[in-house]
Amino acid sequence: MSEVAQDNNQGKKKGKTKKMSTRVDFTPMVDLGFLLITFFMLATTLNKPQTMEIAMPSKEKVTEEDQTKIKASRAVTILLGKENKVFYYEGTRENNIDPVLNQTDFSPKGMRQFLIKKNYDIMVQVRQLKALKDAEKLSPKDFEKKRDEIIADKKAPIVLIKGTIDSSYKNLIDALDEMAICNIGRYAIVDITPFDLELLAKKL
Amino acid sequence: MPKVKIKRKSTAIDMTAMCDVAFLLLTFFMLTSNFTQKEPVKVSTPASISEIKLPDRNVISILVDAKGKVFLGADGQDNRVQMLTKMGAAYNVTFTAAELKEFSLINKFGVPITMMKTYLALKTEERDLPQNALGIPCDSLDNQFKSWVSVAKTVNAEYRIAIKADQATTYPVIKKLMGTLQDINENRYNLLTSLKNAPDYE
Repeated sequence: MSEVAQDNNQGKKKGKTKKMSTRVDFTPMVDLGFLLITFFMLATTLNKPQTMEIAMPSKEKVTEEDQTKIKASRAVTILLGKENKVFYYEGTRENNIDPVLNQTDFSPKGMRQFLIKKNYDIMVQVRQLKALKDAEKLSPKDFEKKRDEIIADKKAPIVLIKGTIDSSYKNLIDALDEMAICNIGRYAIVDITPFDLELLAKKL
Repeated sequence: MPKVKIKRKSTAIDMTAMCDVAFLLLTFFMLTSNFTQKEPVKVSTPASISEIKLPDRNVISILVDAKGKVFLGADGQDNRVQMLTKMGAAYNVTFTAAELKEFSLINKFGVPITMMKTYLALKTEERDLPQNALGIPCDSLDNQFKSWVSVAKTVNAEYRIAIKADQATTYPVIKKLMGTLQDINENRYNLLTSLKNAPDYE
């Protein structure tokens, strides 16, 4: 590539002319190339940032009739406490009996175990669907669509995530992650109520 | 016995191939990567299993550090100029053409609008010093953050909102931000996270 064909006639006119080598030393060019590579590797990032998409309810006032009343048996409330502690209870106060507040954490054996148990039917269905997708019998688009249908099941639990003032952003993201892992279709980030604080105060 | 003549080999190596490789790699890196943007504060995002990527363009990025200071950035230099002009008009601050130009070059800023003039007069390396990175006020009395976001939305309706917060940021700060966004009817946004492997027992 770097050699240029020489004109042979030119050299033969006056006896011997020294044939100059046309080879170019590429070492400095390689140096330059690697220098630039190093610069680009340090100054740039390869991966785009990961994100999590959330949709919050709008603040418009809804009338009593428009509000969807959820069955107390379906509701699970997760309270984010301080030092990464998590508390959860099912349902709400009925006949003056408080729901049991359990303490757990975001380790695989903590909150997740309870949610998976609670959401077992849907987990099984999604798992079957995923097997179909992995066997390439289902396109990713159809998978998403069917998964959304399964998740929107009427009997699935509804999770309310409430953060106390001592919890951190990490706790919130962890909680949202658990929703994705456990295929919880309906969840919301809600303000903490005095009732929750009362329950927490009793527990601590 | 005849002497064995050892042929002396040249030690020069042909560098052409190596050069080709180097430049091939260089081209690859130039095409696939994008430049890291300088951020006024260091933020370590919490890990999540979500794998959605953030779009390249039309993003308003909100940066929240561990102490709850809020910084804002929007892409597109023209958009930034328009944003500052409109914000200036709303808060009765007029900016010169030079200041607008200077502002259009800033990726992320975090100063109250009243301090903007002095901030723009600073040198680039002075801007990120802790005493100058004050954060945009976003409490209920003086919610400039809200004005910035709504102004940005009027400038470019296609802007998406991306919140990048530190994992140690307290929940009330985030709640306040989300509440503010709810006030101006921005109910869909992205939360920036770093990647963590999903457990495999779906």
